[in-house]
Amino acid sequence: MTNNAWNKRDWYNHPNLIYPDYKSTVFRNPKNSLIKLENLPEIPSPSFEKTSMRSIDSDLTLNAKKNYDPIGERIIVLGKVKDEFGRPVPDCLIEIWQANSAGRYVHREEIHDAPLDPNFLGAGMTLTDKNGDYKFTTIKPGSYPWDNHHNAWRPAHIHFSIFGRAFVDRLVTQMYFEGDPLFKYDPIFNSIPDKKAKDRLIAKFSIDQTIPEFAHAYIFNIVLRGREATPMEA
Amino acid sequence: MKKNSFLQTSSQTVGPFFAYGLTAEQYQYDFPSLVTGSLIKTEMNEERISIKGRVIDGKGVPLNDAMIEILQADPQGLYRTDPNGDFFGFGRMGTGTEKTNTFNFETYKPGKINKGLAPHINIIVFARGMLNHLFTRMYFSDEKEENDKDLILNQIGASLRSRLIANKVGDGDYHFDIFLQGEKETVFFDI
Repeated sequence: MTNNAWNKRDWYNHPNLIYPDYKSTVFRNPKNSLIKLENLPEIPSPSFEKTSMRSIDSDLTLNAKKNYDPIGERIIVLGKVKDEFGRPVPDCLIEIWQANSAGRYVHREEIHDAPLDPNFLGAGMTLTDKNGDYKFTTIKPGSYPWDNHHNAWRPAHIHFSIFGRAFVDRLVTQMYFEGDPLFKYDPIFNSIPDKKAKDRLIAKFSIDQTIPEFAHAYIFNIVLRGREATPMEA
Repeated sequence: MKKNSFLQTSSQTVGPFFAYGLTAEQYQYDFPSLVTGSLIKTEMNEERISIKGRVIDGKGVPLNDAMIEILQADPQGLYRTDPNGDFFGFGRMGTGTEKTNTFNFETYKPGKINKGLAPHINIIVFARGMLNHLFTRMYFSDEKEENDKDLILNQIGASLRSRLIANKVGDGDYHFDIFLQGEKETVFFDI
């Protein structure tokens, strides 16, 4: 099978490479067009297994706990990974990273003057199950200031990295939270040309998935590229 | 025309702070890494190589907050993507742990894949300031004969082909800089 069986990246739903309101895009992206290739054989995705993970890897409230529970609002983030044809994508590796409840990242280069939480790292990973479902337990991240423009603040977000079923079926994105007042000021969120596509990056609060006396739940579904269904190959 | 019932989730930048999530062991954060810059799981009697390079922006500055993923065939030319095998053909490195902002993969040289594909490494580039990841691939300067016959290289204009070829700089050491923009801009693919 060739790579052409995979649907192309849908540039209506992805940002332009260069989006000048997000300043660092201007010098960090090519000016030449991306080149299409014919007859590229399919390149597989790396595969991953549940047995190589610990159960706490998907629980960010536990996986860096030293003495106490991390500070902040405990939440569940869950959803389904499917392709453009609606087929669930099982066994797909999802890695996440985020700021703590004060809007501080653990990263060493980080200089934002907000407290670190000794019981929180902000990294997690899991695999989707046979139905394409995943679930993380974490702390709701705070908003975070950056130097893109005067008084620039990122809406609260969780970074997601997802492996699909082929090398080209790779996605890195960010999940946002309903009702954030910062959306309209954020060039990273607004780099996406289509309003409905932006809305799909906003996780929706779910009372049905909320666990009584434990944690609010947010649903974030992910759609990867689709592969054309093909007849059995000889 | 294929019918899609759902629309692709939009890409967003990996941002500057991916290190403790995606490359924790390389940056010495206390979190396990399923993937590292070494593809060598067990010693094999094969040609061991290093691939070093930088990710350079349109001003000529090597980035310290880019991340590279590579996927390659094994020395026999087979993709091996099972994490429990003696070779796992996938690696990942950030560019923020060496003073020179260099990535440095340790691996075995891939074999040629049949049907006219010279030995090569598939590459994905991520960085702060990149809203979408980009795909490219790397060939080897000491495989000229195979490169000349390669199905993919032959789809690239002759003047650009050399930008996809890593230089052999020592015994088993290859150097491949990725230029995001400018006169030496790397060739990126819409695949």
